[in-house]
Amino acid sequence: MNKLPISDFVVSDGEVNQYYIKLKKQVESSGYHLNPDVEFTKSLLKSIILNDKRYGYESCPCRLAGNDKAEDLDIICPCYYRDPDLDDYGTCYCGLYISSEIFNGKKKLKPIPERRPSPEDREKLKMESTTGILSSSSIPVWRCKVCGYLCARDEPPEICPICTAEKERFEQFN
Amino acid sequence: MPMQHVDGKNEGKIVLYALSTCGWCRKTRMLLEDLNLEYDYIYVDLLEGDEKNEIIEQVKKWNSQLSFPTIVINDEKTIVGFDEEGIKGLPG
Ligand code: SF4
Repeated sequence: MNKLPISDFVVSDGEVNQYYIKLKKQVESSGYHLNPDVEFTKSLLKSIILNDKRYGYESCPCRLAGNDKAEDLDIICPCYYRDPDLDDYGTCYCGLYISSEIFNGKKKLKPIPERRPSPEDREKLKMESTTGILSSSSIPVWRCKVCGYLCARDEPPEICPICTAEKERFEQFN
Repeated sequence: MPMQHVDGKNEGKIVLYALSTCGWCRKTRMLLEDLNLEYDYIYVDLLEGDEKNEIIEQVKKWNSQLSFPTIVINDEKTIVGFDEEGIKGLPG
């Protein structure tokens, strides 16, 4: 149980600025981009820090946290849906992470549909995953032809997090 | 129920279910206020206990995915997400 009522947690501007500087460096060095609208981005980061204080994990600002880390592993920022959403829409659900195309102003940032399954569907998925093993053959493995980095996901990352090679320079490995 | 009321032009009953932490929810409120519409809103993440569960069930009736923002118009129509065009075209 939280000691404080949920609305009583506060985050200072100093905390936000520190978090922003650290995250920005880390994000850029791994080939991602934060939304260049600094005010918008900082307000999301403030919410992430706030959620961490409220729930004990950095729950996504645009989703309702269940106050149960095991149930919310998929929406701890960065969430499981970020990269598929970057591939399909050029932005994560909250608009915190965006593609190069949007970052460079070639495309406009727009809100996108929610990819996280509904509470009912999440229950169903949980039941399925206890009865079957994740089929490894259903997920493609990609190899960076520059540095050999391997990752198992629907598409290669926009930029290799190890050597910053572009997506086109990956090949399917399996 | 802790709905917050915002005064403006009455163009039908507008209820906004939102999260206090969410950027698109904030933009939704800003747009409603730019349009000077009368509406009620509730921050679901700030609720606790039974009250929270009750509101969650309400939202699910309109939007089974339980995503935010969800706007319910005249107890019959729903706008899910920050849909600028949809919100600008609200009754009137
Ligand atoms: S949608 Fe964006 S901000 Fe939200 S958890 Fe995923 S990556 Fe983080």
